Amino acid sequence: MELDVAELTDIERDAFAEIANLGVSRAATSLRQMLGAQVTLSVPAVNIVTRDTAARLVERGNSAKLVAVQQAFEGPFSGRALLIFPEAQSLELVRSIVGAEQSLEDVIDLEHEALAETGNVILNACLATIANVLQKSMRMSLPTVIRGDGAMLFAAPPGGGDLVLFLYIDFTIKSRDMRGFIALLMDLPSIAALKAIVRDFIETVQK
Amino acid sequence: MNHKVLVVDDSRLARLVMASAFRRLRPDWDLMEATCADEALSAIKSAAVDIALIDFNMPVVDGLELVARIRTTAPEMPIAVVSANLQDEIIARTRELNAAFIAKPLTDEALGAFLSGAALRLKKAKHGT
Repeated sequence: MELDVAELTDIERDAFAEIANLGVSRAATSLRQMLGAQVTLSVPAVNIVTRDTAARLVERGNSAKLVAVQQAFEGPFSGRALLIFPEAQSLELVRSIVGAEQSLEDVIDLEHEALAETGNVILNACLATIANVLQKSMRMSLPTVIRGDGAMLFAAPPGGGDLVLFLYIDFTIKSRDMRGFIALLMDLPSIAALKAIVRDFIETVQK
Repeated sequence: MNHKVLVVDDSRLARLVMASAFRRLRPDWDLMEATCADEALSAIKSAAVDIALIDFNMPVVDGLELVARIRTTAPEMPIAVVSANLQDEIIARTRELNAAFIAKPLTDEALGAFLSGAALRLKKAKHGT
């Protein structure tokens, strides 16, 4: 039975990637508006993996020092959404968003709040679009900023399992030589719920 | 005519963005800031607030709950909920409270359109038509 839950069929994977892509595209549009610069997205990858594998995927090609804004979401399925950057780019990102007229001291002073609000806008855009496509409603927590390596970002909550549904998309902001990820993490009970919702969605689309 | 506008958002960045948009769109209007529902309610009690712009995702009392509380004393005040949480359900609940919904990131177009509509409603209310 566990295998059944822990595997996605090709059409489920494809449908979920497509739905997530709508969410992330909306998030990218928001980021583009905030930065005034073009944001390029990769094709979303959706997999059921261990937390360790998820951590290695975001560290690949990056420094292990990461900064993330995370928001928990709850609804028919629950999990966490994260906007992740290499820590070294965090100030540069904040500076791009608050504008060049702010002094470096102000940028440093604002860093935490600016990251939290940016994450709030980007992740809400993504999650709300997914909720709208699936015609479900979701509650989103307040954003929190965390710093650490991939293992820390994806550490299991108390009682959380090791296998997670992991969706990630990397994006680049070419003119500023910046990159980052948007990741969604869901645990096994949520995967089962999500599979059922995605199957319903596929049926509706096929009618 | 100048109006007094209350901006309610727990994020300082969001309040800075809003203030910057007002400097471009309505530089003469008075801007007041509140960081939570309690501060917003006392500001409304003590000052003649004409218009309120309220974030949805705030600690303790969320923006929609705050709008509902404001509506008990100010049923006609022009209010917009400003949020990136553009779920259909949130937008529908905003409309039910007779408020507008403005998506974050804030654009001058969206804010400008709401403020023009609000100014018109306030003018009509003043002239009793």
